[in-house]
This record gives sequence, structure tokens and C-alpha cells, in this order.
Amino acid sequence: MLRVARAHVRSHATAEEVVQETWLGVLRTLDRFEGRAQLRTWVFRILVNVARRHGKREARMNAELAGPTVDPDRFRGDDDPDWPGHWRDDGLPVDTDPEPALLAREFRDVLAAALGELPERQRAVVELRDVHGFDAQEVCELLDLTPANQRVLLHRGRARLRAAWEAAS
Amino acid sequence: MTPRDVACQELVELLTEYLEGALPPDEVAAVDQHLVDCDPCLRYLRQMRATGAALRLVPAEQVTETLSDQAVDTLLDAFRRRR
Repeated sequence: MLRVARAHVRSHATAEEVVQETWLGVLRTLDRFEGRAQLRTWVFRILVNVARRHGKREARMNAELAGPTVDPDRFRGDDDPDWPGHWRDDGLPVDTDPEPALLAREFRDVLAAALGELPERQRAVVELRDVHGFDAQEVCELLDLTPANQRVLLHRGRARLRAAWEAAS
Repeated sequence: MTPRDVACQELVELLTEYLEGALPPDEVAAVDQHLVDCDPCLRYLRQMRATGAALRLVPAEQVTETLSDQAVDTLLDAFRRRR
């Protein structure tokens, strides 16, 4: 089942969610199974429907969520003889101790402004998680996200906000 | 088993999963191993964590969209009529 799911979705985590959701769907509708098809065929038909739905959602997500969250120019190239993929000397994250800086009022204003600029779903996740303090599961339910997608949105949102205050400091 | 080598560029994309406890144990070991030796990535990690924490200090009304005056009136009206 995982292998079939995997053909429709891009990540293993999503494939696992598809299988899980399939079994829930099977359990929920078992009463309606009339035995005309083989049970196996019926289960896989549900699996494919669930997987297609997740696949489409993933494709939508990926269009918005493609690419790295940190400018690739800040890292050494793959051909670097010593440290491929490591920070370049001129690309290092700003050397500010974040805690005191972020407590300052002007940084909070920068953050609030940057939050308003985030793409809609990143903003929704970051707001619910970090401003309002909902936990990951609650946010998944509220926004109808898979756990994996919730994390991706949180990651991209927080990375942009970090970059915003880094640029301002 | 020695954890695999992770380059900084890959590591920065793993940090939220790391902070959320969503990485498998061997990947956690790889991230931990990298952070022991890499000050810039440790700094980046602390900045990502602090960014989330700082947002808790942003007043909710500063970031939350407010309802239109008309919507507020309608709601207040409905509440009043309940009494």
C-alpha cells in the first residue's frame, strides 16, 4: 500500500498518512462493502482516491514551497575543495545574540510587519503556533494540513521572519 | 554507528523538524553531531528558536485581522437580542 501511495505523493511521510487515512476510510465504510469486488480491490480503490487527493494538495503546496529558505549564495559550492555546502565567510548568519535583540520593541515591530508579508498559509501557521500558542496538532486540524505540511509551512515562515530581523540588525 | 555528515546548507532546512521532534533518531544524531562543531549553524538554530519565542511577545491585536465595523455591529446586535 505504501508503494502505491508513494507513486502519487512525493514524500514518505505523506505516503504514510495516505495509508493511515485509507484504513480509517475502510473502517468507516466497511458496512457498505457489498462483497461484489474483492476486499483487496476495494481497499486499494480507496487508497488511490486518498493518494490522488493528497498528491494534488502536495502539488499545490510544492508550487509555493519549492526551493531553499536560505540564499544558496551564502554557502560554498559543491565543488569547494574543503567545505562544500558550508557557510561562506561572507554569508554567515548575523552574529547577534538573538534573545536580547528579539526582546527589543523595534525587533518585535519588524517581526510583526514581516509576518504580515508572509504568504497566506505560512502566515496562518506561524500566527497560530507562535503568536497564539496552538500546538502542532491543533494547527493541522484548524487548517486541514498534514503534519508534514504544517512543519514545512512553519519552517518557511520562521526562516523568512529570521531573515527579516537579520536584515534589520 | 557514526552519524552521517550533513553540510550547513542541508542542515538549516532540517532545523524545524529537529525542533519539533519530527526527525528520526539517526537524523537527530547527525544534526547534533554537526552542531557540536559548527558555531554558525548553532547560532542559526538559536535564531530560529528565538524568532518563534519572540512572536509570543507580539501582541495578538497587532497581527490579527480585525472584523469590519459592520460585522462587529451585527455580532453585538445578535448578542444583545439573546438576553
